Amino acid sequence: MYEFKYHRPATVRQAANLLLKNEDAKVIAGGHTLLPVMKQRLASPPHLVDLSHIEGLDGIEMKGRSLVIGATATHNTVATSAIVGEAIPALAELAGLIGDPAVRHKGTIGGSLANNDPTADYPAACLALGATIVTNKRRLKPEEFFQGLFTTSLESDEIITRVMFPVPKKAAYIKFRNQASRYALVGVFVAKRPSDVRVAVTGAGSEGVFRVTSFEEALKKRFSHKALDGMTVPADGLNGDLHGSAEYRAHLIAVLARRAVEAATAKA
Amino acid sequence: MAKISLIVNGNPVNANIDPRTLLVQFLRENLRLTGTHVGCDTSQCGACVVHVDGKAVKACTMLAVMADGHEVRTIEGLAADGAPLHPMQEAFREHHGLQCGFCTPGMIMTAVDLVHRKGNDLSDHTIREELEGNLCRCTGYQNIVLSIAAGARAMAKSDLA
Repeated sequence: MYEFKYHRPATVRQAANLLLKNEDAKVIAGGHTLLPVMKQRLASPPHLVDLSHIEGLDGIEMKGRSLVIGATATHNTVATSAIVGEAIPALAELAGLIGDPAVRHKGTIGGSLANNDPTADYPAACLALGATIVTNKRRLKPEEFFQGLFTTSLESDEIITRVMFPVPKKAAYIKFRNQASRYALVGVFVAKRPSDVRVAVTGAGSEGVFRVTSFEEALKKRFSHKALDGMTVPADGLNGDLHGSAEYRAHLIAVLARRAVEAATAKA
Repeated sequence: MAKISLIVNGNPVNANIDPRTLLVQFLRENLRLTGTHVGCDTSQCGACVVHVDGKAVKACTMLAVMADGHEVRTIEGLAADGAPLHPMQEAFREHHGLQCGFCTPGMIMTAVDLVHRKGNDLSDHTIREELEGNLCRCTGYQNIVLSIAAGARAMAKSDLA
């Protein structure tokens, strides 16, 4: 790891100022992505701005019909929160599938979204549920926020402060884990919302998380796994690597989407 | 350099360190608490698990500066020197839950955290699921699972948390 200067702001405003003043400064929260890449010297930020001491950034609450999760809420906090379990149980389950227990004690929802790993779980939830990602500057829809592989529309002095999830009628997330890394080989989040149905896929797309509109239209007509009978997705644009070919991932998307719909309907 | 103050195994610790220092390095090299091991150094193997504010974390993936103001507990902090072992340690000894012993401190710290979160009556399935962040290359886990189940039950009758 290369040398850096460590900063510990007490407020989001101070943190943003530190980012503005120090070129190439990086935000750290749980550190479970940033520290490993710094150890490998794939990243060498000269300044680290630690968000973990900012008060009130990790809260979870209901606001009207939306579940609001603070950016530094850990995966364990989300997985075990009674508020999340009541409002969107699929989201609590998703958080409980990330990494392992010790990793879940440190990793945060804001960090996961800002990193936009193409195999991370939270991006699928944000896209399927139509979440709003709130920063110190603005509010972003997932379609604006996620910009491809490890890329978001966050500006260099922009910090995620919370994520707002409108409560769906039904939802479920099914993940096919890479046995070694615990990341999603493919993960499918299905949400039946008041106005539409969304199917979001992580782990498979070469540009990161994406929606399967053909599945969504079929499910909007009839929200049953049978509505997806015989439906497939093309392997074009999907990842193929030593863990699985693009064709295998395409197959998994159809299988997991059916299972997710089954799980979502069983819960109701 | 960065000044830090924290509590380690109940004792206040003050130090002036390079911000790059990992928590596990700080514990082993500065405080000579070498019970916590560095295995993979990539947050996969769990040999470095310690408790920070009562929660199991991988000390190889946390900066020591991030522990400033917090409370850290290592394997050395489970039972006092010369005193009887912590029930989870005793269970690992009794049930042969280790062979080479390299992963054991992390296994035990993970197991104690598991008992704190999920109680004293743990099914084999729960234990196996919860051990996904801890790797053992010797024993094949069978006796580790046995040890944790027994240690969890023993913790219910012990004064040591």
